[in-house]
Amino acid sequence: MSLALFLGGALAALLATPGVRLDPVGVLADPYLRSVVLFTLEQASLSTLLSVAGALPLALALHRTRFAGRGLLLRLFLLPQALPVLVGALAIIAVWGRNGIMSNGLAGLGLPRLDVYGLPGILIAHVFFNLPLATRLMVAALDAVPAESWRLAGQLAFPPATTFRVIEWPAIRRALPGAASLVFMLCATSFTLVLTLGGGPAATTLEVAIYQALRYDFDPGRAVVLALVQVVLTGLVLALLLRLNTAPANGFSLGRRPVRHDGPSLPVRTAAIVILSLGGGFVLSPFAAVVARGLAADLPRLLGEAAVQDAALTSLLVATAAATLALALSTALLLAVYAPRATAGSATAHSRARLLDHAGGLVLVVPPVVIGAGWFLALRQVADVFAAAPVVVVAINAVMAMPFVLRILGPALATSAARHDRLAESLGLYGLARLRHVEWPAVRGPLGLAFAFALALSLGDLGAAALFGSENFTTLPLLLLNRMGSYRTADAAGLALILGVSCLALMLCAERAFAPRENVA
Amino acid sequence: MSAAAPPALVFDRVTFAYQGAVMRFDLAVPAGEWLAIIGPSGAGKSTLLDLAAGFVAPDAGRIRIGDADVTTLPPSERPVSFVFQENNLFAHLTAAENVALGLAPRLRLSRAVRAKAGEALAAVGLAGFERRRPGEMSGGERQRVALARAFLRDRPLILLDEPFAALGPALRLEMLHLLQNLRARNGARPTTILMVTHQPEDARGFADRTAFVGEGQIRALGPTAAILSGADDPAVAAYLGRA
Repeated sequence: MSLALFLGGALAALLATPGVRLDPVGVLADPYLRSVVLFTLEQASLSTLLSVAGALPLALALHRTRFAGRGLLLRLFLLPQALPVLVGALAIIAVWGRNGIMSNGLAGLGLPRLDVYGLPGILIAHVFFNLPLATRLMVAALDAVPAESWRLAGQLAFPPATTFRVIEWPAIRRALPGAASLVFMLCATSFTLVLTLGGGPAATTLEVAIYQALRYDFDPGRAVVLALVQVVLTGLVLALLLRLNTAPANGFSLGRRPVRHDGPSLPVRTAAIVILSLGGGFVLSPFAAVVARGLAADLPRLLGEAAVQDAALTSLLVATAAATLALALSTALLLAVYAPRATAGSATAHSRARLLDHAGGLVLVVPPVVIGAGWFLALRQVADVFAAAPVVVVAINAVMAMPFVLRILGPALATSAARHDRLAESLGLYGLARLRHVEWPAVRGPLGLAFAFALALSLGDLGAAALFGSENFTTLPLLLLNRMGSYRTADAAGLALILGVSCLALMLCAERAFAPRENVA
Repeated sequence: MSAAAPPALVFDRVTFAYQGAVMRFDLAVPAGEWLAIIGPSGAGKSTLLDLAAGFVAPDAGRIRIGDADVTTLPPSERPVSFVFQENNLFAHLTAAENVALGLAPRLRLSRAVRAKAGEALAAVGLAGFERRRPGEMSGGERQRVALARAFLRDRPLILLDEPFAALGPALRLEMLHLLQNLRARNGARPTTILMVTHQPEDARGFADRTAFVGEGQIRALGPTAAILSGADDPAVAAYLGRA
């Protein structure tokens, strides 16, 4: 299909690049490559470990205690997902950097300032982005526990340790492989954070090395080798994790949070308050820093700058085009998979769903920088790379968003198909009429969410934009990176605020526009 | 009602508002009675049990169990055991561990506790099932384990919320007989039972009295045979399909 063609094309271009000799033994013996691979795995493992280990007490504290603002905190934990990664990196520097809030505090106490560049910075940033995600996945797993279990815990007077051992841990353990593998893949293919927070050759991941090989050293051969190593590596990791991953955290739930009957004791409540303050502070302080520093910048001047206006317009056009394309491709793919058939066997439905999962995983195996590198090398031979930049960036962003879009739309369509297939067939509902009455009501809500997600992803993307960017094609994140690179810190802070706010605003609007209308019947 | 023993359970002008509907219960269950509760869906049958167990709190009125006013007590401090329609067992614990939780909520299983759990399992016809997990048992066997735990805890009041609804007719009858036997093991003072059921026929021959709950109130209460005849109350007759 088109997706496979796009990804395959990129891979083929990588393999067919002239002047590249593939020498597996030489590759493995190369100390630079080995250190890059090791660092990629090391930082991804540590990031995953820290994110998951930190999420466990947070999820337990969130689920065990009841307080005003609990729902708000859970919603705020969605924010890092919507925040452009580059803005997040800037925010981490603002809090944890040499001149950040923490360093100032330490200096005030007569202690040395923190050095955020290198592994510590990458880990902090990865935990900032993935700790809330892991927490939400675990809270969802706890929410899926049947109400009877909480009632039994209350009735049989379980102490907290028994509740954890008998109810909470088994529920969380089921969600653990999924959460950990997702976080690991996201960290293993992380580009922007490592580019901005990594420190030299000692802290470089494969993705960043590919980018540097293409844009700085112009060494296509090395880029190809690195890209292939990345594909093999992520493929291996994904295959391994798929085997580990037994069941998705998708228990039967009425969508209502069950009431717990184990009134928390004073020590439990105190511990929860401490944990939630620490976790909430860690996740929210970077946002506060972005807002504070951004407001201190000369925003009116920035907004009046032609370069900023151009970049904003470019970003908006690219993001809208990419999100639309991602939705169109995903919907076509899903409708083909769940197309109404005369004989709908459950076995084939199952294998179709698995196929979709693999399509989504494929995009994770072949990350955007690798796709970009492939097309960069392919187009170089036939056309001006930078002239084709907008089209390629839109396409890459769309493909990047597809796994998420598929994951949001797929279950909705599958449920609707399972519920209405027979009814629609018995009523002779086909074609457009069926789309309108069966599929559309089921996906309109998820569609809005997916569109918003794709928009935010593309708006915040730096990988593809950095590879193909030029004076004529600059997106907001790329402009922000340039300002950071030329040490115009105040400008960077202002741009980060603008980018962050527009991402969140766009997501809110898109979600609203597609929200299911009240039934008038 | 004998004057000597206090009623096992009393609802004294208990009100509870749920989604706009106000429920209002007045009820006295003598110690040792088996009371069946029937009525249409959403009428408040399960809410009645939840109020007694402390899973929901009344807006007004008092609830007493034996001598004690339990209105404000949390579920863990009420002398009751509860059996649900499903999910009574924890899937990763063995049958013996699931039963032992009733005696040792910290799951420190002494030899004595293990022995008692084994006896309780034997009493419900599951001797030798100690090491089985819920996944390796049938629906009826799982409910037997739940009953074993409820009776092992030896609380004066057992609340059953449609405990056999998922079982076939023959198995249901078998479970009702089992319940009857377990109750009788306490001799002169059998355990008080409140049993919500969708099948009015479950009450016949087992429950001493039957209560009909409609629209958030106990509309009729009397000897099981009389209530199930539907002769006294047109609402009961309509529910039973005898109108």
